Amino acid sequence: MKILFFGQLREQLGVAELCLDERPKTVHALRELLAAKGEIWQQSLSSKQVLVAVNQTICDFDTAIEANDEIAFFPPVTGG
Amino acid sequence: MVESTPLITILVQQSDFEHGEEYQRLKNHDTQYGAIVTFTGLVRDTNLGESVSGLFLEHYPGMTEKVLDDLAKQASQKWSLGAITIIHRIGMLDINQQIVFVGVSSQHRSEAFEACQFLMDFLKTQAPFWKKEVREGSEHWIEKRQSDELAAQKWTK
Repeated sequence: MKILFFGQLREQLGVAELCLDERPKTVHALRELLAAKGEIWQQSLSSKQVLVAVNQTICDFDTAIEANDEIAFFPPVTGG
Repeated sequence: MVESTPLITILVQQSDFEHGEEYQRLKNHDTQYGAIVTFTGLVRDTNLGESVSGLFLEHYPGMTEKVLDDLAKQASQKWSLGAITIIHRIGMLDINQQIVFVGVSSQHRSEAFEACQFLMDFLKTQAPFWKKEVREGSEHWIEKRQSDELAAQKWTK
């Protein structure tokens, strides 16, 4: 499972990408797993502003995920 | 209604773009289209009262192109368009540099105006880009604006 972080979230966590051996069944379960990595993870990922994309499509936190999925967490987008 | 698939050009790049060339691409694509509307976004020297010296743009490679292509296809279904070009730059940009270009051609002006606005409104709220402002000796991630959300929402009403 490939996990990506972008923008301010990437900077706060100091990580752009990581691979996970565990297999959480939903985005929510994945977030819980990551939040347990430390206080900054807990704080950054618990923000209501954080968005998630599974395989490059924005979706809800209760979305089911699979071993080969690409999951990205990021703040609200600000392009243009 | 003109039944045709528009020429869609999506570019996400570090390098600058030449406005005139992009206009020519839209203009010369097909002579049945009599209207072109283009929008260009630039790096401003001030934001929310703060003096800005530059802008850093990050994106999500792969998803960005997918979202922009999807937006262009949505616009093609809503309006009868000849060509759509969306260019967005990434990386470090200085004041007054070009950030984004959206250009649309259609038979008559109203469709091109509307489609261009639609594309910009959704690009701002859907495409995975993040801006970091560089000020005197400090950097700040830009937060989303309520006005951008409202601008996109008005299309779904």
